[in-house]
Amino acid sequence: MSTTFKHAPGFVSGDRPKIVTSRFEFVDSFTIERYLATDGYKGLRAALSRPANEIHDDVKSATVLGRGGAGFPAGTKWGLTPQQVWPRYLVVNGDESEPGTYKDRLLMERDPHQLIEGCLIACYAAGLSQCFLYIRGEMALAQERVAIALNEAYAAGYVGKNILGSKFSVDIVLHWGAGAYVVGEETALIESLEGNRGMPRLKPPFFPAVNGLYGQPTIVNNVETLANLPWLLCNGVAAYTAIGTKTSPGTRMVAVSGHVKRPGVFEIINGTTTFRDLIFGEDFCGGIKNDNKLKAFVPGGGSAPWFTADQLDLPFEASQVGPAGSMLGSGAVIVMDETTDIPAAALTLTHFYAHESCGKCTPCREGGTWLERILRRIVDGDGTDADLQQLLEVGAMICPGDFPHAANEKLGLTAVPFPYKMTTICFVGPSAFAPVHSALTLFRSEFESRVTKRVTIPVTSVSSVKTVTTATPVGVHS
Amino acid sequence: MSRLTEKNLVIAKEIIVRYPRQKSALIPLLHLAQEQTGYISREAMVHLGELVGVTSAEVYGTATFYEMFRFEPIGKYLVNICGTMSCALMGAEELMHHAEKRLGVKAGGTTQDGMFTLAHAECQAACTEAPCLQVNYRYRLRVTPADLDNLIEDLQAGKLSDEIPAHGVLAKVRQVIPADRAVGAVAPELVTESPVWLNGKAAL
Repeated sequence: MSTTFKHAPGFVSGDRPKIVTSRFEFVDSFTIERYLATDGYKGLRAALSRPANEIHDDVKSATVLGRGGAGFPAGTKWGLTPQQVWPRYLVVNGDESEPGTYKDRLLMERDPHQLIEGCLIACYAAGLSQCFLYIRGEMALAQERVAIALNEAYAAGYVGKNILGSKFSVDIVLHWGAGAYVVGEETALIESLEGNRGMPRLKPPFFPAVNGLYGQPTIVNNVETLANLPWLLCNGVAAYTAIGTKTSPGTRMVAVSGHVKRPGVFEIINGTTTFRDLIFGEDFCGGIKNDNKLKAFVPGGGSAPWFTADQLDLPFEASQVGPAGSMLGSGAVIVMDETTDIPAAALTLTHFYAHESCGKCTPCREGGTWLERILRRIVDGDGTDADLQQLLEVGAMICPGDFPHAANEKLGLTAVPFPYKMTTICFVGPSAFAPVHSALTLFRSEFESRVTKRVTIPVTSVSSVKTVTTATPVGVHS
Repeated sequence: MSRLTEKNLVIAKEIIVRYPRQKSALIPLLHLAQEQTGYISREAMVHLGELVGVTSAEVYGTATFYEMFRFEPIGKYLVNICGTMSCALMGAEELMHHAEKRLGVKAGGTTQDGMFTLAHAECQAACTEAPCLQVNYRYRLRVTPADLDNLIEDLQAGKLSDEIPAHGVLAKVRQVIPADRAVGAVAPELVTESPVWLNGKAAL
């Protein structure tokens, strides 16, 4: 059997700089032998050879952006912990479940040691005394691979007491989830890790960096974010920032799925690669399936407002995608071709968020399911034209005002519109509305052709102006 | 016998000491209970409550939040067919219809022989490999109706029992922290000083 393959399952290689997927070409990429033979744990050694605060400064000056959804710089996040409050914890968010997103699972299955090394570097730099690696429950293979890697790393002296013979000691505890999308939200993740129902906490006061796990300062970082650190430490800040743009340096992993010729996961250059490159480029997806026309695409996971062909030339750069009315989110592009039934496609996403609502906030719990019911009857051909307005009105109760909104109103839409203005604690509520709003705004005629008009019949026997309508009041039946 | 067995009790205790607060071990322990019996019984929840120092009602409260936990027996093989957007665009609905016909149960149902439970699932993070499904959380990618038929035949014939354990068994390998390498979990209120390596000097 060959020791390398052209493409790991799901992953598409290509002639591009690789930071986090450099070992994916090896069949045995997940073993400690392969890891050590390919610069493994050299970043950790480099980090431990310098004072911790210098490593933190490196991560700050490299502007390693969070890859989980919000795109917040990791170095800045680490700096938000209050002075002299101990202990501090690291919680790794491996609960990847945003529709369209497929990258953290690959990183855990194919290169678990890289993630472990990233965790160690973060703990060293930010003074975090214990690490909890929370992996989504449904990912059995990822749990096995990470467990084996941790057992190997403990035995080899890379994790645990006196790492590499130094004074640096930290445990990494593998923790499995049990199936709940909302647990990907950092405060819900912490609740879940404390053994509770995974419901998000109110911010303020529960900003994890200040008041997180067991009430202590806690850093919650995404798997891909941490997987960047070993390379950064091995190759230096200058090499890292030489890739990508000033505001979005390095690379990022993007999964492109749906109606494309070659769907796959790619490590792309951050900031400069455009959606057109990704969807139509020969190095990437090679165009739309059956050479059909592009109808729309989701640029950043199921929560993100949709784009059409007009936005194809936008690069993977938050400061450009934000003002265009969407977000890069978790690196997930879902492509819809001209044959797509738009209301039905929106329904799959709205159903997802309604189903995954934890039930804590009324607008999400009730509004999400209400949106789903209305949308379902439209798709089934039982809707009326009043339902279209009703969708928007219910949506406005979950996220009031124009949608999407600027995160910072003073900055306008030049800031990434995340999180949305909302009446809920977390973004699951607005996420149920994002597909509805996008579909209805961009393809209203497809909805109108599906619904029956409410016919107004004059009632002459009472007075000259009184009318009744024939359709059932909206929201009553389902 | 629904309380944890002696063997699982040893594993449970190893898991509990990894956390600064015992209750944190609850979800891993619920998985352990589900591994033992294929579902989580009331007796198991009482036992777990005793182990981590909470009431069985609190255990039940946590357990019922998470979709993977079952409170009554289900099929040996749980077939989860993804129906979220990427899979839906690539024919997940047809696959589900086919599975319903092939197994003779509707989504959510269990076959009479107790072999299969068919379920509709949400995004499984294999979106580029649509449509996908999981059998006891092991992936099958780009699944055609013919693939599904073959999969069911193989499972019935016991050909995949090495790869796919019965429902309840999640990861086949556990983390083991050797006692001489463990730092150990400390309750947060007992930690007052900064980590020793934050002394302005290199650790190596």
